[in-house]
Amino acid sequence: MTLKECYDALGGSYDDVMGRLRSEGLVQKFVLKFPSDPSFQLLEDSLAAENWPEAFRGAHTLKGVCQNLSFTALYRSSAALCEALRDGAAPDPALAVQVAADYRRTADAIGVYGSQLPK
Amino acid sequence: MEQLQKQPSTLLIADDSEMNRAILADMLGGEYTIVEAENGQEALEQIQILGPKLSLVLLDIVMPVLDGFGVLTEMNREGWIEDIPVIMISAERGAEQIERAYALGATDFISRPFDALIVHKRVVNTILLYAKQKQLVGMVAQQMYEKEQQSSLMIEILSHIVEFRNGESGLHIRHVRAFTDLLLNRLNEKEGGPRFTSSEISVISTASALHDIGKISIPEGILNKPGKLTPEEFERMKAHTTIGAQMLAELPIYQEHPLIRAAYEICRWHHERYDGSGYPDGLKGGEIPISAQVVALADVYDALTSQRVYKAALSHEESIRMILAGECGAFDPLLLKCLSELDGDIYDALRREDPFQTGQQNLHSVVEALSQNKDLPVSRRTLQLLEHERVRHDFFAALSNEIQFEFTSSPSVVTFTPFSAQKLGFPEEIPDPAHDPRLLAAMDKPLLYHFSDLLRGTSPGQPVVKFDCRLNIGGEKRWHRLLARATWSGDEPPRYLGAIGKAVDIHDSRLQMDTLTRIASTDPLTGLFNHASARKRIETRLQERPDGHFALAIFDLDFFKSANDSRGHLFGDRLLAYLARTLRRTVRGGDIVARVGGDEFLIFLEYKSVPEAAIGRIFSALTGQYEDFSISLSMGVACTDRVGTDYDTLFHAADNALYAVKRSGRGKYLFYDETMRDTLSNISPIVREGEGEEPTKEDRPT
Repeated sequence: MTLKECYDALGGSYDDVMGRLRSEGLVQKFVLKFPSDPSFQLLEDSLAAENWPEAFRGAHTLKGVCQNLSFTALYRSSAALCEALRDGAAPDPALAVQVAADYRRTADAIGVYGSQLPK
Repeated sequence: MEQLQKQPSTLLIADDSEMNRAILADMLGGEYTIVEAENGQEALEQIQILGPKLSLVLLDIVMPVLDGFGVLTEMNREGWIEDIPVIMISAERGAEQIERAYALGATDFISRPFDALIVHKRVVNTILLYAKQKQLVGMVAQQMYEKEQQSSLMIEILSHIVEFRNGESGLHIRHVRAFTDLLLNRLNEKEGGPRFTSSEISVISTASALHDIGKISIPEGILNKPGKLTPEEFERMKAHTTIGAQMLAELPIYQEHPLIRAAYEICRWHHERYDGSGYPDGLKGGEIPISAQVVALADVYDALTSQRVYKAALSHEESIRMILAGECGAFDPLLLKCLSELDGDIYDALRREDPFQTGQQNLHSVVEALSQNKDLPVSRRTLQLLEHERVRHDFFAALSNEIQFEFTSSPSVVTFTPFSAQKLGFPEEIPDPAHDPRLLAAMDKPLLYHFSDLLRGTSPGQPVVKFDCRLNIGGEKRWHRLLARATWSGDEPPRYLGAIGKAVDIHDSRLQMDTLTRIASTDPLTGLFNHASARKRIETRLQERPDGHFALAIFDLDFFKSANDSRGHLFGDRLLAYLARTLRRTVRGGDIVARVGGDEFLIFLEYKSVPEAAIGRIFSALTGQYEDFSISLSMGVACTDRVGTDYDTLFHAADNALYAVKRSGRGKYLFYDETMRDTLSNISPIVREGEGEEPTKEDRPT
């Protein structure tokens, strides 16, 4: 699996990220780092605890990271959730479900990509 | 700009997402030192720690603890925003957010997703822009300083032309100026609050230099006439006031300039009198501008205390007395009160006033103006930092109780910290220190030149000089350690620029050291040198003067042991102390005397042709009666003429001569000769055994 194929699998735009960061090494480094980024966990925990302001921060950070990495699918769903949380009210549960699904898809694709890289 | 290339700039990235910080850091990290913060509070802490070293902040808006707007607000409150550019980074695209960030002083906006090229370019541009701005502020300050200096110089030249024609001392203008400054400042302290700002005082003092420019049109025959002027001549002379004012009024430009207006008032009315009896307009009391009144008083004072073609110089006290008594014209009583209060300061101030100091005052006023100018936001913090640095330096300098100074070689000026200046009773600045009587009183000329030579003899690699000397401070000569570091220019070949340094009072510790050294080198009972230190001194003397004629004598008391036994050791001690006193009185200043053993003494002296007379004199002076004890001595003498200048040989020879005396019946002295040589092989100079009733050396108290 190439990095481009990984991007296709997680619903992102390889061309876009390469256009901005200009180095496959750099992009690969951050893609592999993504699963350890704590913002999704913060979002999940805050939603479970109904702590809407913290959930907003989690969604906001997740959105920012996805935007920088051109993870388009997860960016869209986290951006929608983020907007829903901005006013501090309970969001539509469907939005959170979508974010969780996109996150799973992204993390899985990165997991596969990472596992077949030479150690 | 060069500095940017030399040292990587430091950037602060404040973003709660580690991923985002890492992406930015990777985009920029190669060229900059990156510092990170994960919330607003941490960001502020880093800004405070890094201070002026920080070149740029990349700031996220949404962060825990304190968000980006909170950081901006705090940076405004502290004034940091004026010196440290902030680029906002955010996915927030709302116009309201962006507007708010700009209103709070953000320089630029970078929105996510990050584009490596754009981030890089914006960061570089912003840093360059700010660096350039700082440089410009520096240049403006420098130019303002130079301009002020030049105009002061022009005024000085102009007024000297007038003075030159008047045949005045050349110091008159300077004195009037200093006096005016002093009087106006004093007037400001009077009730009713300050009448003048410091800038107005500066303008009036500067303008005072022009008070007599009208004299340029007065014929020289009148100006410098030694005798009394005729009524016609006097009328001509009086016209210098209106002519000077007219010259200024006809200047094609700068009519509204405060300096010109003040100069006009001063030129025209500095001969008016408070009671209305002056000229040219016969103004009275408050009608006369204060500037003109003050200069009139300054003019009169300096005229009285200076020599003129028609009069001799009067003393300061006499001049003040005459002015206060109303013998030299009528003045505002308030001004006279100021004058009498200033009394003591005037003389000092007039002597102190010099071009270097004026330059400093100008610089100070520029700095003051800059620090108050809201239009120059960038410089403000820099100046605050400088001011902070200065206060800190002065404080620690005062605490350390050291005299600290800086010296620049061109122009030659020594600057002292306020504390040091106060301690020394000097002004903070002394131009031309090598010829300054105050400085030379504290550090005499050869010493000053030696110090200067040492500093000039250093190199950029080893610029530090250290030596001890005595300085005369507050009428007391005390030992000081001078520690100084020469400053060298960075170009090739390096030029000597001056030095920074301090003088530490080591008098007490040095005295203590001297005392300890003396204790270690003397015999406590008699106060004479002990053998070790006598030997050291004698060897030095022999080395210094290998051609001198020296004699070394060793003597001891005959029957000392029996005296000790029969009368007690206390008597023995008293006897030895008495002998030492007599010995010290008998020898000359340059001779060396020591107690080398229990009752054994040593004399080392220089003689011209023959030693016999000196030795004979000392021998008979020592022999005599102490209480009821008859002092009898045995003395052996050796001369360098005969045995050479090796100390041990000399001592052996004297010791053997002494032994020869003992053997031949005591109570006399003998010079060493070859016949005594045989005894050398058997008898150690230090330990002589089996000498009848004489105790061995080991038995003797030492």
